[in-house]
Amino acid sequence: MEKYILLRHRDVPEIDQLDVYKANDGLVAFEKVVKSMQPADVTLEVKNSGLRGRGGAGFPTGIKWGFLPNNSWPHYVVANADESEPGTFKDREIMESNPFQFLEGLMIASYAVQANQAYVYLRGEFWQLAAFLDEKIKDLEVAGYLGEKILGTDYSLKINTHLGAGAYICGEETALLESLEGKLGQPRLRPPFPAAVGLYGKPTLINNVETLTNLPLIIQKGADWYRSFGTEQSPGVKIFSLSGCVNKPGNYELPLGVTYQELIFEHGGGIVNDNKIKAVMSAGASSDVVVADDFCLQTPLAYETCLDRIKAPLGSASIIVLDETVDMAWLVSKTVNFFKHESCGKCTPCREGTFWMDSLTKHMMANESRSEDIDLLRSVALQVQGKCLCALGEFSTMAVVTAVDRFRADFETHVRS
Amino acid sequence: MADMVTLKIDQQIVTVPAGTLIVNAARKAGINIPVFCYHPKMEPVGMCRMCLVEVGYPQRDRVTGELVKNEDGTTKISFAPKLETGCTTPVVEGMEVRTTTEKSNEGRKAILEFILTSHPLDCPICDKGGECALQDLTMLHGPGKSRFIYDDKKLFAKHVPLGEMILLDRERCIQCGLCVRFQHEVVDDPVLHFYQRGRSLEIRTYSEPGFDSIFSGNTTDICPVGALTTVDFHFAARPWEMERDPSICAHCAVGCNLIYNIRREAKSGGKTVIKRAMPRQNEFVNELWLCDKGRLGYHYVAAAERLTQPLLRKDEKLVPVSWEEAYQRVEDKLRAEQVRLVTLAGGRLTNEDLFNFHQLNQSQNGKAVLYSQMAGGDLTAQIGLGKGSNFSDMGKGTAILVVASDLHEEAPLWWLRVKQAAQRGAILIVANARPTRLDKFANHVLRYEYGQEAATINALLDGKGKDEFTQAAKAFSEAENGLVIYGSDGLGLNGSEQLVKACAKLLVERGYYGKPNNGLLAVWDKPNIQGAWDMGFHPDRNLKGTLREADVAMIAAADPAGDNPILAQALEETDFVIVFEMFMTETAKMADVVFPVQAQIEREGTYTSGERRVQRFDIVLPHIEGPKSDYQIAAQLGRLMGLSTEDRSPVLVMNKINEKVKGYQEITYSRLAERAEQWPLISRADSYYAGTGYENEYGVGIQISSSADRGEELSLGTLILVEPQEEVATGIKVVPVTALYDRGQLIQPSQILAKRLTPQVLLMHPVLSKKYQLQDGDQIKVKVAGNEIVSGVKLDADVPQDVALVARSNGFPISSPVFVQIQRLVPEPEA
Ligand SMILES: Cc1cc2nc3c(=O)[nH]c(=O)nc-3n(C[C@H](O)[C@H](O)[C@H](O)COP(=O)(O)O)c2cc1C
Ligand code: SF4
Ligand code: SF4
Ligand code: SF4
Ligand code: FES
Repeated sequence: MEKYILLRHRDVPEIDQLDVYKANDGLVAFEKVVKSMQPADVTLEVKNSGLRGRGGAGFPTGIKWGFLPNNSWPHYVVANADESEPGTFKDREIMESNPFQFLEGLMIASYAVQANQAYVYLRGEFWQLAAFLDEKIKDLEVAGYLGEKILGTDYSLKINTHLGAGAYICGEETALLESLEGKLGQPRLRPPFPAAVGLYGKPTLINNVETLTNLPLIIQKGADWYRSFGTEQSPGVKIFSLSGCVNKPGNYELPLGVTYQELIFEHGGGIVNDNKIKAVMSAGASSDVVVADDFCLQTPLAYETCLDRIKAPLGSASIIVLDETVDMAWLVSKTVNFFKHESCGKCTPCREGTFWMDSLTKHMMANESRSEDIDLLRSVALQVQGKCLCALGEFSTMAVVTAVDRFRADFETHVRS
Repeated sequence: MADMVTLKIDQQIVTVPAGTLIVNAARKAGINIPVFCYHPKMEPVGMCRMCLVEVGYPQRDRVTGELVKNEDGTTKISFAPKLETGCTTPVVEGMEVRTTTEKSNEGRKAILEFILTSHPLDCPICDKGGECALQDLTMLHGPGKSRFIYDDKKLFAKHVPLGEMILLDRERCIQCGLCVRFQHEVVDDPVLHFYQRGRSLEIRTYSEPGFDSIFSGNTTDICPVGALTTVDFHFAARPWEMERDPSICAHCAVGCNLIYNIRREAKSGGKTVIKRAMPRQNEFVNELWLCDKGRLGYHYVAAAERLTQPLLRKDEKLVPVSWEEAYQRVEDKLRAEQVRLVTLAGGRLTNEDLFNFHQLNQSQNGKAVLYSQMAGGDLTAQIGLGKGSNFSDMGKGTAILVVASDLHEEAPLWWLRVKQAAQRGAILIVANARPTRLDKFANHVLRYEYGQEAATINALLDGKGKDEFTQAAKAFSEAENGLVIYGSDGLGLNGSEQLVKACAKLLVERGYYGKPNNGLLAVWDKPNIQGAWDMGFHPDRNLKGTLREADVAMIAAADPAGDNPILAQALEETDFVIVFEMFMTETAKMADVVFPVQAQIEREGTYTSGERRVQRFDIVLPHIEGPKSDYQIAAQLGRLMGLSTEDRSPVLVMNKINEKVKGYQEITYSRLAERAEQWPLISRADSYYAGTGYENEYGVGIQISSSADRGEELSLGTLILVEPQEEVATGIKVVPVTALYDRGQLIQPSQILAKRLTPQVLLMHPVLSKKYQLQDGDQIKVKVAGNEIVSGVKLDADVPQDVALVARSNGFPISSPVFVQIQRLVPEPEA
């Protein structure tokens, strides 16, 4: 019995070879869609599966596909392989070890929106991975799955990889498009959304690598099968990137709805040195810091439950575990420094706010601050909120506000009385 | 008419066209939502977040779609949880915007505080201080005290040159992106970019020379802070020390509206001097922009060695005399029997000057000659751009044909406005012998050989010939409105005459005249050539002969002897030469009487632009002791000759013009001073909305009607073309073209433009240069009509292979195509 839907390389050795992949039902789904399905039916099947975007926002994938207008051509599809969120390392494992399933997903999505050109946008550090994917794309071309008139049908598709230049912001879909067009990676104003006006001004579908990797099996086995995993509102499986103070960090593919408790203690082997767990962050650096009390640990990891119960979005499900040894002021100084470094600078509150918060936390870590500086830090963060052009600015404040509110004592140890 | 929507902003009800952005709708209601990164002439980007306001939308029932009502019957408005950017949000019916609530105020304060954390606040030494949006908004909304630790401020280099014309203060830049977007979107010189990211974002130029754009000065107006300054104005004066005087740019036929800021200063010996030129909004002419020539090319007014006293030739020498003596001498000459008088007038004279000169000339049955190499002013007066035309209204449905013009060099603002009309969907056809900066925006690009201008237009009329021609012909004929813009690229007067006739014929046959946004437009080379035609002056194909045969030549605002040795020779033979000049030109040196005249900025007057908009300019600087206005001198001479010419004020001359000159009936100085409602509503006073350019408080001028507009019978003459005579001569054919930065009298004194002046070279194709064994950078001796000139050689693959190009007014005496002999100069071996 196979255990995995996404991380199938853990079941099937050498699934990164085309013949092995094919021998394990690889490309069956793609062949089915191009040969026998109408694009709208593919979209319908994905809608029915309830699959939600794994890039962070959890937007229903099939519905997004439906947004591409049919009176404006060409359409483009972009796989978001920028994976730059601290603590997120799932897309990389998929692409490194199960590349064909991801590419097949991308091909299915492309067919569904009738795009003849798709791109894989990879973070700059993934240059080896880009070369590897190029080989796999070549294999698919040679085997007739990519190129002109695929498998004797009228459908043609080309996939190109594209490397970013090392910017977290280029994971944000509109900054990604700018970068892909060869421009400075800064987000665009939305609306219009990429589905209407995207790459080179044309309708563009952008999906996360993991989102796409779900598609072959959804098509092959059907929406109902997929819905047999996960929760009503968050169907299917998810790869949880678990890191921080746990004994067994790594990627865990589990049905959505698994609790923090199960993920951290059953699968992740508990806290290092049997320390006491202090807090969790569910979306990498872009997270609230949540006190890891029982109520929190019993929360099912699904889009709706995380929001409802602990008011901390699941995001990309990169769970960072923090134990009692972690100084929250230090943690905040690290996250703030990250966002200051990654702010694209386009809009004022994020550009200036991250710089300011960084300068405040630096002084704090150097024990140069006063108690009111903690309030100032919190106030600056709140002042950034609700005013930025893209979500990065908002992200930069989440840990700050929640950590100060929930772990103020940690900050007080850094200030002079 | 666009659909109108009604919304509520604060307590006011406003009705504006659908799609209007909140910030503009608010301005309409007199409510000022502060902006930094928004400019009404550019696409909104929502970067700076300064314009955050509370926005509420009428709530609709999800099921029925009906508006939800409050208990009191009013529509229920639901406000978005977050503040929204007013610069990116279009208004919708029933919307409610709140700009003064606690939440909105908090947003504004927050953004200002953020901006100030990295701003040096060095207003006391900042050129923008006193007219800075950030300074004013800080006073209005800013925190009195900084919560940011001063020592943590980032320090950057200040006054970084972006080329030799514009300076960047990196500390002051608030990263609003306006300069970058202006260069990319508006003027298509994408030479500025953001470098780096986050707090390290900085403006860089990647061109060579730096900031290579003829519109660069505009960025210093739209920069909301003191980050960009012209080198010209850097540390030159504080805004509040200067007065403002409205004027009209005298550099080309566009007639951009501007303001000269002046100040009396010790540094200039207690004199009043111009400190800078700024755009004055005229949405019919230059919108909010100026080209750098207009902005920076004003220094000629302070150029040394002005003539201040009348000069009279005595014993072969010009000596100062009294006005009376000079007048007397001229009167004696004119009163001599059967004197053959020629009045040669230049296109920098005002309508009033020209009218009076014409009166004087006519009384002696003289010949009124316009010093210009372009024909067609009679045709533009009849079927020129219809009254009510405005490039801003052109888009889909309009076909624009630009022929024999490098608009970017000849009339920068027209280039910009034609480009934008094309971007709005106008069909643009560009016909020229060589590529120009307009080609990129054209739907059809037609190439011909120099000399084939008129034939090209004829081919368009026939719709026959090469494929491109038939397609362009079709596109041109199928439009609702059509206009033809003709210039002087490679043309002399003969060629121009042929060309304009062909253009007129095309327009008449297509019915594109006598209505707004239709007709003929000439890219005149001087600001008031149209006015000169209207006042009765015409160019002369045989100027040489005319001058030679004249007994008396009155020459005003022209330097034929300096421009062309052949005309100098001709003048030698003229019995008596009277010159009206500011400077001791070559022509003045040959004169028998020289009258010193005032500069444009020392006097009042009107110009008629190429679009036939009569525009008025004021006295900017007190005139220097001595010189008088041309109109005055002409009037006084007229009075001596028994005429009732008006010498008291240009206002009164205009009252005569409007009685006598067709089309000018409605022109009076007071009507020229009428303001018009303009959109966008810019402002300096409350917020520097749209930059530091000036609102137009002085009148937008009046576009005069064409004969066709008035329904008069046209007399276009024969529009049948004479086959151009193939000139056969040996040597290289050299054709004149126009360069923006030439070495004309008006440009040279502006040192800041020195590095951008057009090189003094023969521009030739590598193929041609090879024939003469010439290389890029070689020096050559050029023999032209008996004269020898030394020139450089520059290779350019864009130039046609069989001709060489030379810029006009650039040291090479050329006004029409000529054949020249050339010889390579071997550099002297170094000693
Ligand atoms: C600052 C920022 C960084 C992001 N980085 C990534 C990323 O690295 N990978 C990703 O797939 N989505 C990222 N996103 C989300 C994308 O904008 C987008 O929502 C996503 O790619 C959509 O794919 P999905 O619908 O499959 O989730 C980021 C968003 C923001 C605001
Ligand atoms: S929020 Fe930050 S990353 Fe996003 S546009 Fe603004 S400055 Fe750039
Ligand atoms: S230099 Fe001025 S216009 Fe350009 S980005 Fe900076 S503040 Fe804006
Ligand atoms: S476009 Fe012509 S009128 Fe306008 S500023 Fe430039 S030179 Fe002067
Ligand atoms: S965001 Fe509206 S003015 Fe800058």
